[in-house]
Amino acid sequence: MVIELNSWFADKLLTATWETLYMVIISTFFSYLFGLPLGVILVTTSEGHILESKGVNRVLGAIVNATRSIPFIIFLILLIPLTRLIVGTSIGTVASIVPLTLAAIPFVARLVETSLKEIDWGLIEAALSMGASAWQVIHKVLIPEAKPSLILGVAITAINLIGYSAMAGIVGGGGLGTLAYYYGYQRYETPVMWATVIVLIIMVQGIQMIGDALAAKVISRRR
Amino acid sequence: MIEIKGLTKIYKTPGQEIKVLDNVNLYIKKGEIFGIIGLSGAGKSTLVRCINMLEKPTSGQIIVDGQDITALNSRELRAARQKIGMIFQHFNLLSSRTVFNNVMFPLEIAGVPRREADRRVKELLKLVGLADKAEVYPGQLSGGQKQRVGIARALANDPKVLLSDEATSALDPQTTRSILGLLKDINRRLNLTILLITHDMNVIKEICDRVAVIHNSKIVEVGDVLEIFSNPRTPISRNFINTVMNRDIPEELLYRSKQLGASMTAKLIRVTFIGESAEEPVITSMIKKYNVKANILYGNIDRIKGKPFGNLTLELLGEPALVDKAVNYLKNLDLEVEVLNGD
Repeated sequence: MVIELNSWFADKLLTATWETLYMVIISTFFSYLFGLPLGVILVTTSEGHILESKGVNRVLGAIVNATRSIPFIIFLILLIPLTRLIVGTSIGTVASIVPLTLAAIPFVARLVETSLKEIDWGLIEAALSMGASAWQVIHKVLIPEAKPSLILGVAITAINLIGYSAMAGIVGGGGLGTLAYYYGYQRYETPVMWATVIVLIIMVQGIQMIGDALAAKVISRRR
Repeated sequence: MIEIKGLTKIYKTPGQEIKVLDNVNLYIKKGEIFGIIGLSGAGKSTLVRCINMLEKPTSGQIIVDGQDITALNSRELRAARQKIGMIFQHFNLLSSRTVFNNVMFPLEIAGVPRREADRRVKELLKLVGLADKAEVYPGQLSGGQKQRVGIARALANDPKVLLSDEATSALDPQTTRSILGLLKDINRRLNLTILLITHDMNVIKEICDRVAVIHNSKIVEVGDVLEIFSNPRTPISRNFINTVMNRDIPEELLYRSKQLGASMTAKLIRVTFIGESAEEPVITSMIKKYNVKANILYGNIDRIKGKPFGNLTLELLGEPALVDKAVNYLKNLDLEVEVLNGD
């Protein structure tokens, strides 16, 4: 009986872990697909920068701030109609990717902005003095120079998304959140709750370690 | 090669306007090394940045090789910038690229075909003496090596002009000398016009043909380096020259001149040498001719543009008439002679 239960449980846990990883990886990817350019625009349109534009900067900044100020759990509910429109359903892992991505985009944009702002203006000036276009400055100077910091940003985003995905799980998003909520909380199966917590800790540690290692590798090569 | 006409730059901050450059007019000849010296905040950095439009002038014109840089659209400006090399105080090398790829960078911007660019980079690294460091990252280089990479990078697209923004200010004196040597070598070999800004009169003395002194946003003096050194017309120029030549008279000598007073048999004189006359044995001739004794108390002889320049403070002892004649003899040789006691 115990063994049977354990194998059933291990199966569930493995599936849920995989679902969470899937949601996090896909939504991290999509949030960078949109958040990276948005962060670049936020930096380059700021005052005195290569594409200075007060209007664009202010509007985008305001949108980013507004989105970031909505608590994720409310964001999830607000986005249900949009999710239905895009995925056809609002339940399950695929459906969770929509709110996860949309919530992470402004977060990523700010992270990218911070990373790119750290780059010495002298490097940008040097590139401009050689006749570089704004695009060349962005993809030959800003992004490569900020690479270690950007990599760490990806790790932070992925870790944040793990937390968000657990929240999404509570409203039927699948993954470890659903497992912990339905079995661990509603059915009082405390070991299930603990098991998911342990898996989540390992996942977060793992991602942070990978991020740190990749960033360190880039930095050490440059030294 | 570079013509700056009526260049004015005003920074507007809320509540006030700061005039950083005030009606600057300069002409820099092809193939010369032209130095602009000024204290920090004098406006020299803004001035050099106006030449490739990293700073937009408020008014005035800048003509580089016949092209009015201030009248170009952004695309034309990018093309013009490829022909104006620039080196920086803090080198500004990309840490994400090897030395080879840093030098490759301007060639990528200009869209030079890969094979040709490869060849060019190798050539440039050889020119600056870093052929063996091609695959190293800038983080592993010394300051002097970094500036050599900066120079190679600035030369990549065969510029007509090289702008140097305090390129040696972050380097120690020995490295400074070797970088200045390299710049001079490049200037001679490629007949490249170099415009440099500095706060260090040694840099001007070492390699410049002509110099402009900028003070409080204005050019206060322009001329041949030797001319400015021998005959500075403004207090600020005099101060700069004193930093390398020490034209001031030491305290002890002033005391001694007071002690001597209007003595007839001893005169304290300071002789300034400019150019060729410093190579002739004038002091020896004077001693022999007038039978006076010359006691060398203080001296400073240097070379500017290969010509000797400096001053000697002497105490002349002898019969009054002969001492006077000896002083006149030196004056007649077109040397600047000051009598520090009496008179």
